[in-house]
Amino acid sequence: MGMTMTQKILAAHAGLKTVTAGQLISAKLDIVLGNDITTPVAVNEFKKAGFTKVFDKDRIAIVLDHFVPNKDIKAAEQSKQCREFACSHCVSHFYDVGKMGIEHALLPEQGVVCAGDCIIGADSHTCTYGALGAFSTGVGSTDMAAGMATGVAWFKVPAAIRFNLTGRLPKNCSGKDVILTIIGMIGVDGALYKSMEFTGEGLASLSMDDRLCICNMAVEAGAKNGIFPVDEVTLSYMKNRTERQPVIYEADSDAIYEKTITIDLSQIVPTVSCPHLPENTRRAKELSDVKIDQVVIGSCTNGRMEDMEAAYRVLKGKKVAEGVRCIIIPATMAIMRECTERGYVTAFIDAGAVVSTPTCGPCLGGYMGILAAGERCVATTNRNFVGRMGHTESEVYLASPAVAAASALTGYITEPKED
Amino acid sequence: MLAKGKVFKYNDNVDTDVIIPARYLNTSDAEELAKHCMEDIDKDFVQKVEPGDIMVAGYNFGCGSSREHAPLVIKTCGTGCVIAKSFARIFYRNAINIGLPILECPEAAEEICAGDTVSVNFDTGEIVNQTTGKTYLAQPFPDFIQNIIKKGGLLASLCDGGTTHA
Repeated sequence: MGMTMTQKILAAHAGLKTVTAGQLISAKLDIVLGNDITTPVAVNEFKKAGFTKVFDKDRIAIVLDHFVPNKDIKAAEQSKQCREFACSHCVSHFYDVGKMGIEHALLPEQGVVCAGDCIIGADSHTCTYGALGAFSTGVGSTDMAAGMATGVAWFKVPAAIRFNLTGRLPKNCSGKDVILTIIGMIGVDGALYKSMEFTGEGLASLSMDDRLCICNMAVEAGAKNGIFPVDEVTLSYMKNRTERQPVIYEADSDAIYEKTITIDLSQIVPTVSCPHLPENTRRAKELSDVKIDQVVIGSCTNGRMEDMEAAYRVLKGKKVAEGVRCIIIPATMAIMRECTERGYVTAFIDAGAVVSTPTCGPCLGGYMGILAAGERCVATTNRNFVGRMGHTESEVYLASPAVAAASALTGYITEPKED
Repeated sequence: MLAKGKVFKYNDNVDTDVIIPARYLNTSDAEELAKHCMEDIDKDFVQKVEPGDIMVAGYNFGCGSSREHAPLVIKTCGTGCVIAKSFARIFYRNAINIGLPILECPEAAEEICAGDTVSVNFDTGEIVNQTTGKTYLAQPFPDFIQNIIKKGGLLASLCDGGTTHA
């Protein structure tokens, strides 16, 4: 019986020839990840259980990104706890202020994660790395603690939904519009417990930033992981980033999928998720009467270089609408530097936007862009739940960087031009 | 293992941001966090909940963030069990790992009403609505997961000489 790409990776890491959906396995981990919110809980559990050593200091990544530079004293204490743990265990991939970035933009960029890996992270958007052809999934802090101590984790082997991508995206659309469209189709639990496997001739035209964005939001459809096959785009992205050798797994031709959904990329339109669930999707054009107070361009979903380029193309030489706060957050220091060198930062400031160092802050209502009651924000982030970005009576509309930037200029949700 | 209490009822897609808003996650202190459990959709929950009370909800309970703080605050408030039509996968895993009893039972989750008194037997998966007299049977956990729960969570099961797999 054939295996999906995800099942192949899991079988190899469990030391088994084959696995089938529903089977409980124990798999070796290549990377165990945590951030400044989830690592403190993991460290407490690790110590409480009496562990004194990590399984491999080179296979643990701790990234301070949610509340840094620290937003308050309590957040500073949490960062300090992460720092002390990373230092005392000589954790190689520890990223503090100055080196840090938003974890799911940073780890692929720095070559910490690699094709063929089996990865857990105490952050739900750990599923991002499926874009590189890895099995990668979000877990909680206790799983992180156990993973750091033992280097293994238990999994229930997932069934899969196959997304057969055909055609090519219109110029005003990106990976964000693809994944929002899919979530609108299948719902926020449409892939619950399952893999979302992307295949088809259409994927060759999707950039790595598009793929990272698509896999990032697999969890918003309830999925265990999202995954792309390894191709030229993947290999050229990983080249010069990592010394580790990519391991390429392919789905068997007779792999079993619960269903196959074909997505014609040429039919994708600029898409927005309305409050308060990512599945509430509408075409951006239909929402042109929705007046907004704030725009956020950034996050682990859309803070990468192509996202900054998309924002720059729309904002350069223009002015953010009166009454709109436009907050732009490049996801890593390397992206920040590139934005500075290319003159994007100057263009953003001239347009009336603010540019911040990397942080997850506003996405989860932490800091750096909290909304008051009744305020509306177009954000390139990943969740629009009640109270996600501030007051419970505020509203978040999820969109691509192009839609967000176009909306910043008009003050209303706006579809970017198709040129 | 048994739980008995009155029911707090919620809809589909209760997310971790409303179970414990991220604005409070600058601490990992469970008692401190528990003061804010459910406050964005049910301000009175923390005042009203009593030890052993039961949360009943629709599909995809606990969707969103991986924060383990979510099952932790529900447990710390004294909630004896969460019954839902389905659970988001990270929440499901976290609940087991920290020892918060959860049961998937669409029929019970549909029919049980807010304020009903319900008792749950985790060994058999039997749910009894004492207000209406109706009994439901939830899917029992696989043995491997029951073992984690019996040992008191994932790390306790590891320290007890167990392995991380079935």
